[in-house]
Amino acid sequence: MTTTTPPVAAPASSGEERPRTRVGRVRKRLNTPTATIVAIVIAVIWTIPTFGLFVSSFRPAEEIRTTGWWTFFTNPQVTLQNYQDVLFGRSSSSGQLSSYFVNSLVITIPSVLFPLAFAALAAYALAWINFRGRDLIYICIFALQIVPLQMALVPLLRFFSQGTTIGGVTITPPWGLDSYERYVQVWFAHTCFALPLGVFLLHNFVSQLPKDLMEAARVDGASHPKIFRTIVLPLIAPALAAFGIFQFLWVWNDLLVALIFAGGESRVAPLTVRLAELAGTRGDQWQRLTSGAFVSIIVPLIVFLSLQRYFVRGLLAGSVKG
Amino acid sequence: MYFDFAEQYPKLLMLLYGLIAFVVIVGGMLLLLDAVPSWFARRREQRLIAASAGGGAGGGSVPVGRPRRGGEGLFGLFFLLPALLLLGIGLVIPALRTTVLSFMDGRSENWVGLENYRWMFSQDEIIQVLTNTLIWVILVPTVATAIGLLYAIMVDKARFEALAKSLVFMPMAISFVGASIIWRFVYAYRGGEQEQYGLLNYLVTLFGFEPQRWLQLNAPLNTLLLIVVMIWIQAGFAMVVLSAAIKAIPADIIEAARLDGVNAWQMFWRVTMPSIRPALIVVVVTISIATLKVFDIVRTMTNGNYDTGVIANEMYNQAFRYGQNGYGSALAVFLFVLVIPIVIYQIRNLRKQREV
Repeated sequence: MTTTTPPVAAPASSGEERPRTRVGRVRKRLNTPTATIVAIVIAVIWTIPTFGLFVSSFRPAEEIRTTGWWTFFTNPQVTLQNYQDVLFGRSSSSGQLSSYFVNSLVITIPSVLFPLAFAALAAYALAWINFRGRDLIYICIFALQIVPLQMALVPLLRFFSQGTTIGGVTITPPWGLDSYERYVQVWFAHTCFALPLGVFLLHNFVSQLPKDLMEAARVDGASHPKIFRTIVLPLIAPALAAFGIFQFLWVWNDLLVALIFAGGESRVAPLTVRLAELAGTRGDQWQRLTSGAFVSIIVPLIVFLSLQRYFVRGLLAGSVKG
Repeated sequence: MYFDFAEQYPKLLMLLYGLIAFVVIVGGMLLLLDAVPSWFARRREQRLIAASAGGGAGGGSVPVGRPRRGGEGLFGLFFLLPALLLLGIGLVIPALRTTVLSFMDGRSENWVGLENYRWMFSQDEIIQVLTNTLIWVILVPTVATAIGLLYAIMVDKARFEALAKSLVFMPMAISFVGASIIWRFVYAYRGGEQEQYGLLNYLVTLFGFEPQRWLQLNAPLNTLLLIVVMIWIQAGFAMVVLSAAIKAIPADIIEAARLDGVNAWQMFWRVTMPSIRPALIVVVVTISIATLKVFDIVRTMTNGNYDTGVIANEMYNQAFRYGQNGYGSALAVFLFVLVIPIVIYQIRNLRKQREV
């Protein structure tokens, strides 16, 4: 092991040689019992609230209402009644979450696919096609990432409901979407809002593909669309997965966009909207809130735990480079 | 048991339409893109033949595979078209419109100048909202990053590192609404002498104190309890990014520092911190932006009552509940003004990166 001077402010220790055992001691001190205990405490605090909710969702309503979930371990009573009520209950107060679950799915799938495709196309153009103004466009899209989507809500909603007119001349007519057609509004809004991050993330990957490969393909006479389809798409599959998971979690968990563009339409509104509604109007019916929350959590949790690797990779590419 | 398939059918039909639209649009674009270049290729071939027949000297230096600028630009436009169109309709034009609306009255009919902004800074409620947002933006990024960093260092190379990280990272997958319900359950309160089922009140009574209605406490205190939820979600993000940065520190730097006999404290401040500074900045910036825009947590936990409102929440209420587009737009613009420094900073960073 060579002691080349590291590019770091050298510690101002005395010049004398320390015995080798010191290295071992330092390493040991980094993993002291205190550190372990603090780490365990943090892990417990981070896990307990979710765990409590999970345990509660399987307890009978009467039990939840009168005793803490920790008493479950001394007096275990398990029921699936809460889930049955909240998913399939007939009364309007029960949640009827199964229907909202379908809504969430119908909202999420196209809202992931469209931005994926459009962002991949744009990222390729910005990385590998030479044209004037390319850098400027990229910087603008990059900057749009940070524009709060609150800035767009009122006018975008009007764009759908009233169309746009300039000086009395109709530029675009109102979309006049009703009941089930409102899905289109939600897809559209999610797609728009996802593009800045999507283009940025995918551009990071696409621009790092080896230049020789691209040039070789060009010399062989491959056109841009062909390169895009046969070379770029397969190579950036992990990046597509990363952004896909990102977008999936974002759309599935979103409340604001759904509230505004699906509105109070129960045939379109996703789980989050329904849950927020239940929390507002039936804030003390914990048998419904606990099981309901878990119904909404379970899908993203499965996606997240099974594809965590891709998600982390996307996170790192998206944040560390920016 | 109640689940009506007939009721779900129109939704699934919509999904099918959506998927068909996707295939048609994206497939159509790729087909079109295939058709256009073959036309260009033919043109180019003809030009090349003409050039070689004429024995042009300049033709040799132009790479064969590279079409002229005009052709490239057309391709670029085509690839970019859907993204640019949607960004324009969905973000750029609306953002400009919002800025205009912020100078108009509640129904967007008359110009009112800076009236909406004056209203913003003169109402006690809105001042409270702005103060709350400030508290959020100061506390969430610092505390979440600190906890994330601490945890990342402590579990680094520990025995159950992957599991330990997953536990803290997990809240990232949970929606803000779900997280809010989880924490409302922790803060739950029951009056009188009844047994508490909220974990916090249970612990409080265990130590002999009075249980509290936590979310209805005096103004800044209940906001702190909402902030806990955001920290709980964001610490995992900070931990993952910082952990990757820590692992990327070259081993010989650490080894050299150890040979110099630094202790853990010095190691942290003189080796770890300088090495992960870029990642640290990114984490703080990202969490700050997310915090500025926080909406779901406040809405689900208190709906902005008991003086817990934040800008995004107030903006929603003004624009979509009270029909005050002017006030709502002014709040949105103010939110944007707050992130402008971050935008400029990020663009400068990007420029620097590109020059390297």
